[in-house]
Amino acid sequence: MRALARIVAEADGRGGTRLARLRGEPPLQLRHTPDGSPMATVHLIGSAAGPLGGDDLRIEIEVGEGAALCVRSVAASIALPGRDGAPSRMTVTATVAAGGELRWLPEQLVAAAGCRHQATSTVELAGGARLWWREELICGRHDERPGDAVVSTAVDYDGGPLLRQSLTIGPGTPGWDGPAVLGGARATGSLLLVDPDAAPTPPVVLGATAVRMPLTGPATLVSATAPDAHVLRGYLDA
Amino acid sequence: MHRTAYLLLADGRFPSGGHAHSSGLEAAVAAGRVTDLAGLEQFLHGRLSYAAPVTAAFTAATHLSAARTGSAPSATESDVTVPFLSLDRELEARTVSPALRLASRRQGRALLRAGRNTWPSELYGQLPKHPDGPHQPLALGVTAAAAGLSTEEAAQIAAYGVLTGPASAAVRLLGLDPYQVQNLLARMAGACDEIAAAAAAVAHKSPQELPAHAAPLADISAELHATWEVRLFAS
Repeated sequence: MRALARIVAEADGRGGTRLARLRGEPPLQLRHTPDGSPMATVHLIGSAAGPLGGDDLRIEIEVGEGAALCVRSVAASIALPGRDGAPSRMTVTATVAAGGELRWLPEQLVAAAGCRHQATSTVELAGGARLWWREELICGRHDERPGDAVVSTAVDYDGGPLLRQSLTIGPGTPGWDGPAVLGGARATGSLLLVDPDAAPTPPVVLGATAVRMPLTGPATLVSATAPDAHVLRGYLDA
Repeated sequence: MHRTAYLLLADGRFPSGGHAHSSGLEAAVAAGRVTDLAGLEQFLHGRLSYAAPVTAAFTAATHLSAARTGSAPSATESDVTVPFLSLDRELEARTVSPALRLASRRQGRALLRAGRNTWPSELYGQLPKHPDGPHQPLALGVTAAAAGLSTEEAAQIAAYGVLTGPASAAVRLLGLDPYQVQNLLARMAGACDEIAAAAAAVAHKSPQELPAHAAPLADISAELHATWEVRLFAS
């Protein structure tokens, strides 16, 4: 299945945000869910199981100057193997203009047994843009060993690299759940906060397997591993 | 042709200060995640799969830039410095832990000092200036170029160094049998060769396309380790 979803958010000139474009296609359906705040909130509703092997799903997001957009999903997505062993792909590209803000806060990605999933996100922030970006990866459904999944995130700020990280899990990578990488944790994730107005902060230890770290640039990253999705969310609740 | 130079730079006795770093092993031992040889083997496989591709690719890419620079003395200043600056910024964006950024730069600074004195060259001066020093893979790439080594040799030394640091730390931290640790390294030699070859093969790519593998516990435990008042290793 191939699908493209697009969201374009613009300032409405009255302090709020208008969705100039909101277009999904199965299995990526989008719903505007107004909550009374000046920020526009969109929920991603998966209308089919998956992503399944062979799926090629793309989401394009554009946040204009002074606009604020929050994207959530109604449920975790579960990467599943296809019949022919083809990989599944989810590609998200986002641009945020100066004074704009994007919050990308979807539910977890679960890497089910036998999956071959590649999630790739590319975010370009203009100088003065703000971002919340959360990624949560769960290694298999209940009592299940995961397949192979790669979650890659590249964020540029003001024309330069701010964050590049690619997390690979699964049996195809020696040592992936060992003491140098996940230490047997079934859940891992990060929350990137980019705020050009925030004062620099020192690193903070949030728990035995969770820390908040200042990046080189106007941003902090919380990185955590946890025994399950619930404990992980406790560290990454935005 | 440069076999002795290659051995000299790869040697653990090369005075680059690497012995002061356990590459996360000290924190993993303290957390009870590595307690024996089997645990060390899992740890080293993780380092080889996650840290080594990034370190070796940035070393190889720096080496290739340095080797091209060295062979083109008429290059303008921007031609010379831009590739290194871009490599530095891309590696910085891949190193999310401030403790690991500092450890990399301090090791880079120590290596640069040793390299400058061992194989004098104008190349070192072209690395981007930073108060804590250049990132270790950039310093290694330039030093390997100054020593006349190939890109493949530079990548090999980088990948090998990712394994030997924690392996020798394990002997001190866990009292493991040094013969068994050497046997483990010998068993991982083929995997290490493959990682090094893959890194050399991507050295020509633009810095942003180089590997960006992240190991969550490497970052998390480096920050925990940095808060300790007493520790045997700097990282």
